Amino acid sequence: MDFSKINWKKNALIWGIPLVGVVLLSFFPQYGSAYWVTRLTYFMMYIILAVAWTIFSGATGYISLASSAFFGVGIYAAALLGESMPLIFVVLIGGAASFVLAFIFGAITLRLRGIYFAMFTFGLVLLFKELIYYYEINVEGLRGRFVVLQSNETIYYYLLGIFVVTMIVAYLIRRSKYGLALQSIGQNEEAAAHTGVNVTMVKILTFATSAIFMGAAGVIMATKWTYVDPGVAFNLMISFTPVLMAIFGGMGNIYGPVIGAVLFAYLQEVLTTGEWSNYYMLIFGAVLIAAIVFMPNGLMGLIQKLVGLVRKWRKGGSEVQNANT
Amino acid sequence: MDLFLSIFIGGLLIGGIYSLVAMGLSLQYGVAKVLNIAHGEFLMIGAFLTFLLQQNGVDPLLTVVIIAPLMFVVGYILYRTIFTTIRLKASNPGVFESNALLAAFGLYFIVQNIGRLIWGTTPVSYSYLPGTFSLGGALFNDDRLVAAAFAVAVGAAFYLYLARTRTGKAIRAAAQDPSTAGLMGVNINNTLALCFGFGAAMAGVAGALISICYPISTTMGLGYTVIAIVVVTLGGLGSIPGSFIGGFILGVIGTAVTSWDAGLSVASYYVIFVILLLVRPKGLFGK
Repeated sequence: MDFSKINWKKNALIWGIPLVGVVLLSFFPQYGSAYWVTRLTYFMMYIILAVAWTIFSGATGYISLASSAFFGVGIYAAALLGESMPLIFVVLIGGAASFVLAFIFGAITLRLRGIYFAMFTFGLVLLFKELIYYYEINVEGLRGRFVVLQSNETIYYYLLGIFVVTMIVAYLIRRSKYGLALQSIGQNEEAAAHTGVNVTMVKILTFATSAIFMGAAGVIMATKWTYVDPGVAFNLMISFTPVLMAIFGGMGNIYGPVIGAVLFAYLQEVLTTGEWSNYYMLIFGAVLIAAIVFMPNGLMGLIQKLVGLVRKWRKGGSEVQNANT
Repeated sequence: MDLFLSIFIGGLLIGGIYSLVAMGLSLQYGVAKVLNIAHGEFLMIGAFLTFLLQQNGVDPLLTVVIIAPLMFVVGYILYRTIFTTIRLKASNPGVFESNALLAAFGLYFIVQNIGRLIWGTTPVSYSYLPGTFSLGGALFNDDRLVAAAFAVAVGAAFYLYLARTRTGKAIRAAAQDPSTAGLMGVNINNTLALCFGFGAAMAGVAGALISICYPISTTMGLGYTVIAIVVVTLGGLGSIPGSFIGGFILGVIGTAVTSWDAGLSVASYYVIFVILLLVRPKGLFGK
């Protein structure tokens, strides 16, 4: 291998910064306060949801509002199997169940136009909630279920693991031929089909893959909440919040959803616990509208635009200098 | 047989209100291409304004004179400020529909929370026309009949407006193809905003009628939005008569399922919606 052709500086940036970040995160529970371990747990949950959502919806433009459905499947996997199995198997089963479910629903609905798909996934969450409430109350005679509690550190490390895998998968998909196919579907689906992309299959598989991470995150979060009912498991906010985070952060870059998720999870914490708690949803809605109207490419898009402008300005400035000399 | 008849008539009575809600959404979604998830929230605001005025001694049916223009202006301004900007920035109609849907979700959170901050979450109701009438051996409330008749009258009047006036023609042209309509000299931004405004006004009127018949709460909006989405899909996107008839069909189906097991009514709407999307996505009356 010819080492001279490798751009060491660029590779160090691409691999080095995330690696340092993960190492710092993995030692955090030994040094950090319990409060921040819990805080980071929620940050990672939202990052996983936002990045997983972006894998499919960010690239193809099909807005999925079903995140909560897959998250809820994970939660119910934990509630049903948590006592009889080691946690790692429950996580795998929760992810697999979400995959299968997303595959089936994807196969049914991804032939529809984008807007119908959004409505369908929105309704899917409501349907799950209604049907499981109905089943639990009328057949099982209960409202919610208890989940075996795990220690904060176990939860933290499991989420960290899921987070790292999600990021790697998102990165690999984006870099691959497969990711290119997804992008082309987002830009012009008919043209993509004509150039030989198996449009339906690519869409269904990606949708199902992104659901794995949502389901796995649901399993872990259920062990934190310890009591779940359909209202908690199939909460529409779990569907909307990642969408807002991804749009706000920007979907053109893999770090966009991460930044959006951290910012919003922090904002949510500040707003829901303080004197502003009554206005949280109001502010949430206003930011959502403002983000769509004023920053369609998100925070990362805005930063990139600014960086571009600064570069152009500096380049323009140096040219003026050259002209003067 | 009696049960069948009472379900049928009860369904038609509630179906009138469903028709009105769905016609409003059909204008916003079928013509202005905004899947307005906040539709039910405008309905909720209309219902609570009626309640407020009724408490101050105004006849609930007369409140429509205030609520309809108010909602129309709000809807018109919202479209001209938020959705026109999104539409002009979007690279293709698909992007516009997705972004508009997300903006509508933002609107949903805002409007619902304003309602919640003002009126709380406890359901309220008042009494208007408490009498009953008998039809086919079953008893029905007078207020339901009045509400249904009023809804049908509004629907018919709007249909005439679409069919007979120049603005109505412009709306129908925009429903078929907005960009071509724009080329033919239709002021497209204005026409689409008009549709959105009329949609909001219909939601407000439907809210007033619902407050006459049922207890109202600030959380009721989303349920009616779901119903309206199902009816619009049932009747065919952009087809105003389709939505009108679809409302009555869903009213009868919903009443039938509720009389069997009330816990399953929302699930049944969704099942209808799924089957329609899979079998006939253009709806029963779509072309």
